[in-house]
Amino acid sequence: MTKLLSPAKSKVLFLGNEAIARGALEAGVSVATGYPGTPSSEVIESLAHVASERNLYVEWSVNEKVALEVAAAASFAGLRSMAVMKQNGVNVASDFLLHLTASGTRGGLVLVSCEDPGALSSVNEGESRYFARMLEMPLLEPSDFQEAKDLTKWAFELSEQIGNVVMLRSVTRMSHASGNVICGKLPVKSRKAHFEYDGSVMDSSRGPMISTPVVAKHLLHQEKLKDIEALFEKSPFNRYVGPGKPELLIITSSACFLYAEEAVEMLGLQKRVGILKLGTTWPLPPKLLEKHLRKTKKILIVEEVLPFLEENVKVLAASLVSRIGINTFYGKYDEMLPSAGELNPDIVAAALCHILKVKRKTLPANYLNDSQKAAALIPVREQTFCAGCPHRASFWNIHNAIALDGRKGFVCGDIGCYSMAALSPATGYHTMPTLHSMGSGTGLASGFAKLAQFGLDQPILTVCGDSTFYHAVIPALINAQHNRADITFIVLDNAGTAMTGFQPHPGLAISAMKEVVPAVDIAAICSAIGAKVAVSDPFDLETTGKILTSFLADKGLLKVLILRQACALSPEKKGKKIFDVKVNESLCLGDACGCNRLCTRVFRCPALTWDRTTKKAVVDEVICAGCGVCVSICPQKAIIKL
Amino acid sequence: MKRTRQKETKNLILTGVGGQGNVMASRTLAGMLVDAGYIVTIGETFGMSQRGGSVMSHLRISPDSVKSPQIPRGEADVIVALEPLEALRVLTVYGNPQVCVLSNARPAYPIGVITGELSYPSGENIQVAFQRLSKAFWIIDATSAALALGNPVLSNIVMIGALAKTGLLPIDRRMFEKEIKKTLAADKCAVNLKAYDAGGGMIK
Ligand code: SF4
Ligand code: SF4
Repeated sequence: MTKLLSPAKSKVLFLGNEAIARGALEAGVSVATGYPGTPSSEVIESLAHVASERNLYVEWSVNEKVALEVAAAASFAGLRSMAVMKQNGVNVASDFLLHLTASGTRGGLVLVSCEDPGALSSVNEGESRYFARMLEMPLLEPSDFQEAKDLTKWAFELSEQIGNVVMLRSVTRMSHASGNVICGKLPVKSRKAHFEYDGSVMDSSRGPMISTPVVAKHLLHQEKLKDIEALFEKSPFNRYVGPGKPELLIITSSACFLYAEEAVEMLGLQKRVGILKLGTTWPLPPKLLEKHLRKTKKILIVEEVLPFLEENVKVLAASLVSRIGINTFYGKYDEMLPSAGELNPDIVAAALCHILKVKRKTLPANYLNDSQKAAALIPVREQTFCAGCPHRASFWNIHNAIALDGRKGFVCGDIGCYSMAALSPATGYHTMPTLHSMGSGTGLASGFAKLAQFGLDQPILTVCGDSTFYHAVIPALINAQHNRADITFIVLDNAGTAMTGFQPHPGLAISAMKEVVPAVDIAAICSAIGAKVAVSDPFDLETTGKILTSFLADKGLLKVLILRQACALSPEKKGKKIFDVKVNESLCLGDACGCNRLCTRVFRCPALTWDRTTKKAVVDEVICAGCGVCVSICPQKAIIKL
Repeated sequence: MKRTRQKETKNLILTGVGGQGNVMASRTLAGMLVDAGYIVTIGETFGMSQRGGSVMSHLRISPDSVKSPQIPRGEADVIVALEPLEALRVLTVYGNPQVCVLSNARPAYPIGVITGELSYPSGENIQVAFQRLSKAFWIIDATSAALALGNPVLSNIVMIGALAKTGLLPIDRRMFEKEIKKTLAADKCAVNLKAYDAGGGMIK
């Protein structure tokens, strides 16, 4: 039996994301959809595992907007459903979301956004809490693992009560942290789907699901939100811990609550500082806030990343000022806490020390001194493509073709493992100077290609991964073709969504639930829109190099090169070497070779290291994935396949 | 070894390089401790763990409550490292005079070291730093033991076996066996137990 289906009352260690999945199961969710993105992916993954046992439909959708649409259809037909994504996914879904909040929903529909303060595994630290306010959705934020489960379950009930979407927001330190959870009951019955649409336009349970008449429906929605506010006043997910009359009141939510609690404990301030932890962060319950704001004059708001809570609390406090008087607020606006990046107990403790004029215990001076000395010895460990990664070979090819062409061509980047080519320029051999949202590489390339008229004469290349191709690249590619953009578009097809853990995508003949499904062929789509298409293996440096060079010289049209080679960590490859590779010491000229250590200094495979005593290259058998690419790059032919 | 129930929160940091099985090791340890009745919080960042960066799991083992998934600076009780440089990195941020360190001996070189731009501290320098910055430390060659068993990725289990033998945590072999039986096939369990025992044998 999988852990996710543990019987009621059992105590299990759940990842935050598993706790969310369990909460959805306890609520009787029928349909769950999402697009993979760290730190959100495990919610859908774990539900997919139990799909047949629990009679669920679980889907990795092509992108977040479609995921939300698929989930909404289930809600319209009376089922409970959930769409799960990372923070920037909410931006992708937001156009539909605006219209969805206007039409309302039927079966409980929960939008889960797992966000990444500090961008631990993202290229942004975007916030989706503002969507809750902008689109008027109730917002829930768990601050431990039990709550992650319980709040998710409650979110479905709330959604049905209000007839609209409810948003649950988690963060990396919640989604990817684990802790004890006591399980509740799993429902026995599942609902039957039926879509009713014959009622009047204002009848939310039987009429058509549309946003018009807009103003009348908007007003109705706002009225229902007032009811939610009243429920939030009494919610057990909002708690106060601390003395009756604290010197300082901390208002916080999410993982920040745990940081605040730890900081208070660490400084021994339990008698001076109180913490109001909110599980319901929009709309704010005014009476509850008033009761606690009265307790003291000094308020510290602890949250990640933007001052969302701070702004909302201040607006509320301003409207209450005649009754509660004037408070002093500390938070992001006065720079008591950093306005970017994630928080931790140390940062919160520093703010407390500052406000309350206390000192934190420090380590002995000689220890700190020794520690600093040791720290100076530590080299950074940069992230890079794995040993045997097809992307390293692809960028090696791209770099060589651009150099050979000689017109200072460049690659517009995109989101996936291959983003590292831009983040650590050496990893992409300095070829990829732009990196934005999914699909934007192709859009930017399409734009750069139209600048010839203004004198731009550099060749334009762009890359995207296989999953990204389906997610957001297709419209940009059609734009490029239709507007005659001269670009070399390279698909780094590594047979799965490698970055987030090999979730299937529309190019594969398998679904999230492990069913056989039709695969949608990238090459066929590109040919159908009229592009010139070639396919190659990035490990075959010679053939790939020739194609790229000819593509760069072939002016005035859209060229597509699909580089196919599975990710080194893909389940079918992991731990298996294609070749056993070693350096023939008698052939390697070491420091004396005219290549100037091309293999280790420039190519940079983590398995190919430099022995500082023999002054020769050496392959680390533990790390080497056996791709064989280094064999083709050594001018001395000193690296050999056994 | 007799296990005594701990009364205060223990902070353990498990560190290494992406791909070394850090996450598996921290979940296995946590699973064992949850079974023993502790409230365990693990903080992890494994989003980029596949791609050779430094990885760290923070384990908070508490008799009674959920803790912050990030341990405050200078507050680690135990550091377990699958790679010596990572042990040092964690030690200089989370260490204190009472901390105990258990480290694998085998280096995995950062890319900057491979290219020659940076240098990797000598084994001797690492030992001296461990000596100055910890109450007790053990350096064992877990990777060689794992390679002898046929798979370098078993080094994480060798480390768990060694950790149990140090007595720093309330864990034992029976708990380990019970935990891996939940997640692994029978044939895998046998080699994992061998790795566990090999680790124990390396702690004198
Ligand atoms: S074969 Fe060469 S390039 Fe490929 S992983 Fe091994 S050392 Fe690296
Ligand atoms: S996970 Fe796969 S695609 Fe990503 S860097 Fe490693 S080998 Fe390359």
